[in-house]
Amino acid sequence: MIAFLIKRLFQAIVVMFVISLISFSIQDNLGDPLRELVGQSVSEEERQALRDELGLNDPFLVQYGRFARNALQGDLGTSYFFKEPALEVILKKLPATLELVFGATLIIVLLSVPLGVYSAIRPSSLFSRAVMGLSIIGISIPVFLTAIGLIYLFAIELGWMPSYGRGETVDLFNGWWETGFLTGDGLLHLVLPCFTLASIMLPLFIRLIRAEMMEVLQSEYVKFAWAKGISPRRIYFLHALKNTMLPVITVGGVQIGTMVAYTILTETVFQWPGMGFLFLEAVNRVDTPLIVAYLIVVGAIFVITNTIVDLIYGLVNPTVKLAGKK
Amino acid sequence: MALLEVKDLEVRFGLRSGEVKALRDINFTLNRGERLGVVGESGAGKSVLGFSILNLLSKPGYIAGGEISFEGRNLADLSAEELRSVRGNRIAMIFQDPMMTLNPVLTIGEQMVECLLAHRKISKRDAREIALQKLKQVYIPSPETRLDQYPHELSGGMRQRVVIAIGLLMDPDIIIADEPTTALDVTIQAEIMELMLELCERNNVALILITHDLGVVSQVTQKTIVMYAGRIIEQGPTKEIINDAQHPYTQGLMNALPQMALPGQRLNQIRGAMPPLQRIPTGCAFHPRCNYVMETCKHNLPGFTRSGGCQVACHLVAEMKREEAAQKKAEEV
Repeated sequence: MIAFLIKRLFQAIVVMFVISLISFSIQDNLGDPLRELVGQSVSEEERQALRDELGLNDPFLVQYGRFARNALQGDLGTSYFFKEPALEVILKKLPATLELVFGATLIIVLLSVPLGVYSAIRPSSLFSRAVMGLSIIGISIPVFLTAIGLIYLFAIELGWMPSYGRGETVDLFNGWWETGFLTGDGLLHLVLPCFTLASIMLPLFIRLIRAEMMEVLQSEYVKFAWAKGISPRRIYFLHALKNTMLPVITVGGVQIGTMVAYTILTETVFQWPGMGFLFLEAVNRVDTPLIVAYLIVVGAIFVITNTIVDLIYGLVNPTVKLAGKK
Repeated sequence: MALLEVKDLEVRFGLRSGEVKALRDINFTLNRGERLGVVGESGAGKSVLGFSILNLLSKPGYIAGGEISFEGRNLADLSAEELRSVRGNRIAMIFQDPMMTLNPVLTIGEQMVECLLAHRKISKRDAREIALQKLKQVYIPSPETRLDQYPHELSGGMRQRVVIAIGLLMDPDIIIADEPTTALDVTIQAEIMELMLELCERNNVALILITHDLGVVSQVTQKTIVMYAGRIIEQGPTKEIINDAQHPYTQGLMNALPQMALPGQRLNQIRGAMPPLQRIPTGCAFHPRCNYVMETCKHNLPGFTRSGGCQVACHLVAEMKREEAAQKKAEEV
């Protein structure tokens, strides 16, 4: 396990290097940061002087080298707009996004497993058909439409839910983490954004679990389990489900990472003060250090979730031996 | 009373293109401790027969008629819960491919203990102890460590031994073994067959052995059923069937054994192939492939004719028996 983690760490370094290189190299194509930085009234000479000062006239590799050296010390540059370290700006917004993703993941897990399993066990029942039909619709509707639909129905027509923001939050860990999970108002604010974010992945997971489960139910070992006379509940939820979850975990891990990226849309519609919203603002302001920092942080989240997923997979599947595990 | 009595069993598959009869007019009995072989080519319905006894047919197969009477109870009539108390308990099954039969994500011990706990009110510790005993009975080396291992850590032969041990867990009355050695190495096959024979004899367990290996049938079983296209075409004592097969199909099977051909000669085979269930020929289903086909075979389904201890469904055998009887009568007169 330790060996596996060390190996993973090396891979992560390579991945992060590539991500940083790519994200750093696109920054020249995003627009002129100077325009946003100094406005219209500054003369061309002053602009050039500022460019030199910021190092924007240096060759690419020199710029990247400087960036990489600082990045290794935890400094991903200074946001042009906030005039603060980019990493700090992002980390301040990270809790909001992670809580959104966590809520959505919770919804997906709690709904997709029972629905997928049920529709696999009783594929021809009316309920299963309804679930399958709805999931097709769910997959086909874009996120922003879902979001607007939910806001219209639950926030405007019914007035049950707030339509934007995080509501009341509580500071944790000396202000490092603001959580909306501990107040009623915060939880209420989480509902619509979480369902919106979940709406992309939920149908996908229901269908994936159903398809896998149906295949597993046809397998010889499930037939043999029936022949042993053990209870249907044990067959479905132990024998079949454990095997069903193996591919689902793999796909799930990747999808959680993807969901972090998908938050951009959800956060924009719900004015959610998270990383995705921040990223969109940064793009509008050509705040290149912030954009680069965002891409790197999201890349890191991807690497971390994938590592965790591989660890979980190794625990569930005995035929997978993580390097170094007995 | 026979331990198991199957009467007029009919199994159908409800396919989209229409109902297909996979088994028809299946009649046989099995006594306590008796070993029965079921042979036939692929597609003859041997496995369907095995699975239908415990009503384990996978959809869209179902029992359409007849009786499977086990200790006086008709298994075809039991509720799911009642049937569950028979499965793995009084009647156990052993499947074909040990690589696929054991759940890859559960330990051997878990898969054994759960079967015991499903049928008996005992503690996990006791169940584990019984599982250990059964693993010893099937000669698995260091059974204690095996209990905590996963199937992929065992070889194919070892896994089939585990499957047999699971079959024996509840000391069943009947074991239905569906080609238990087909997926194994030839050298392992003999070992496993010998083990099964030994265990059945020692524990007085009845065995239904589904196979296409006539050699195994002759070594292990006392009675044999030969199946073709969903029907029994010949049944009787194994010795008689092996030594003096009456039905042209059974003769063809015997003749197709590799040891029946001379070195350098092509192996014998029955020409043609088993018909698909949707297009079973009229009359005797075997007639298009039969070397002795007569006009009546094409239109009329043959009934059973007694021949020694055997029952044979063949017009030719029936005719020969009639002639024999007529000759005998003539001699007597």
